[in-house]
Amino acid sequence: MAKDSKLILDPLADNNPITIQVLGICSALAITAELEASIVMSISVLFVLGVGNVVISLMRNIIPSKIRIIVQLIVVATLVIIVDLILKAFAYELSKTLSVFVGLIITNCIIMGRFEAFALGNGPWRSFLDGIGNALGYGIILVIVGFFRELLGSGTLLGFPVLGDPIEKTGLYALGYENNGFMLLSPMALIVVGIIIWVQRTRNKDLIED
Amino acid sequence: MGLKQNLHNFKEKNKDKKWLPGFNALFTFLYMPNETTHNGTHIKAADDLKRTMNTVIMALVPCLIFGMFNAGYQHHLAQGLIESADGFFGASFWTWDNFVIGLWKVLPLVIVSYGVGLAVEFIFAIIKGHEVEEGYLVTGMLVPLIVPVDIPLWMLAVAVVFGVVIGKEVFGGTGMNILNPALTIRAFLFFAYPTWMSGDKVWIHGAVERDQAIAAGQNLDAISGETILGTLAQNKEVGYNVMDMFYGIIPGSVGETSTLLILLGALFLIFTKIGSWRIMLSSVIGALVMGLIFNGVVSSGWITESSKFYGLMSTEFWHHLLIGGFAFGTVFMATDPVTASQTTKGKWIYGFLVGFISIMIRVFNPAYPEGVMLAILLMNVFAPTIDHYVVQGNVKKRMKRVKVKTA
Repeated sequence: MAKDSKLILDPLADNNPITIQVLGICSALAITAELEASIVMSISVLFVLGVGNVVISLMRNIIPSKIRIIVQLIVVATLVIIVDLILKAFAYELSKTLSVFVGLIITNCIIMGRFEAFALGNGPWRSFLDGIGNALGYGIILVIVGFFRELLGSGTLLGFPVLGDPIEKTGLYALGYENNGFMLLSPMALIVVGIIIWVQRTRNKDLIED
Repeated sequence: MGLKQNLHNFKEKNKDKKWLPGFNALFTFLYMPNETTHNGTHIKAADDLKRTMNTVIMALVPCLIFGMFNAGYQHHLAQGLIESADGFFGASFWTWDNFVIGLWKVLPLVIVSYGVGLAVEFIFAIIKGHEVEEGYLVTGMLVPLIVPVDIPLWMLAVAVVFGVVIGKEVFGGTGMNILNPALTIRAFLFFAYPTWMSGDKVWIHGAVERDQAIAAGQNLDAISGETILGTLAQNKEVGYNVMDMFYGIIPGSVGETSTLLILLGALFLIFTKIGSWRIMLSSVIGALVMGLIFNGVVSSGWITESSKFYGLMSTEFWHHLLIGGFAFGTVFMATDPVTASQTTKGKWIYGFLVGFISIMIRVFNPAYPEGVMLAILLMNVFAPTIDHYVVQGNVKKRMKRVKVKTA
């Protein structure tokens, strides 16, 4: 059992897919300008990776290894289309914000990486835990980045104005504070991810490569 | 027992303390420390890092003082309180009133820039346990000169923290940085708070406040001062003559307007061999070539007055050297020995591209009127690549020579 819990806990910190393996960076840069989008994206990846890992794990003994990439792609594409349709049906505005990036979950290296590295060689339950763990590790970074970018860039959290009204000049804005427009641009997401990596490796020196 | 001995004893007593680098930095400002090298022969040159930095700062001082006068002059002129100065020695320019306003606005920028920047340096030195580096001395002087006079001080402080940490410390501190820290700070301000870094209000002290007062219902005349680049980008007539541009009696960032004083600074840097004349010259050539190309495009009739590029493209090619921050960037920032190319051939290529791209960005993207900032940052990134190919080219050439001999 101790090993099973490691499957979930490891990707959250010491083997994080974004900050340690540096995978799935594109979406972390593209959709984290708002916290809500980050959360929805994380949940989508959680679903795709959790279910996908189980499906691949169940089929692992019948997939010919020559065409395994194609099979993996079909599985992940099917799941992504399900997510996309659900979002369009129940959260249309949000799916417009996420736009093409829901579809691009297919190309998210984390997913194919976990299929290849884990689900093909492990049973369904362990694969499920591994998928959930990695998706949570991905999600936690997205949420941290989304939190800072929305708070400093727009002065809101989940669309709720926490710092006051920039037009009416209330709250912090009455003191002359202004939103940082740079935070809304993608380069700043890269810098925020970089700072997270920096802090993480300063706290745990074992993670520093060569 | 002089003060120096006391300080030295104090230092010996607190050898293991974490804050010792902070103390050392202040100590070495006052005295040469007693430590000597223990092995090997060391060549000691007079132009150490601190001396180099001081030379650049001396070259900047005229720009700073002129910037103070200009800030007050533009403020008074925009309000219609004084007549426009005619020439560099115009009676209404070098007045005490102008200087006081300028001092009042510019000095806080200098203090914030140095205070925050050095605080970050001290903190990092203490965390890393090495000596405080002098790298911030020039940056701290450059920063107040390249921002609009009315920039809120807290924004400057945030930008300085960002610039020093992300632009320099993450790469390992002074001498290791890829980007020029002062320009990183300006670029941060530009992208983070565009309303305070562009437009026709920010360049003159009081214009923004006046705007807010009018919005609040007071009966006042709005004051504004568009930079020449801004005016040209809107295809409007420029109200300043060439000599105004050369003397720098125009709106703009605090210290970058006076091409005359920048030229003096450049001569000083070249004379003391601190700044590279190759980079300055090749960058001027690059700008002139790009300007000539644009002029050629206009005179061949491809671009007509209805085009949004007409204003900037039809500007006479050599005017580009006088307007905007081109001169300042070329002389004081492109020549930064850390971030520029190191090889002789590389310096020519690097400088040429800085000038060439500056004017290109300036003309093609009126949203980024100050092309020189982005051009230098871009070329900073490419400088190591240029050097690499220059060195490799040299190696190849010599290898060939060896082969010819052996064959």
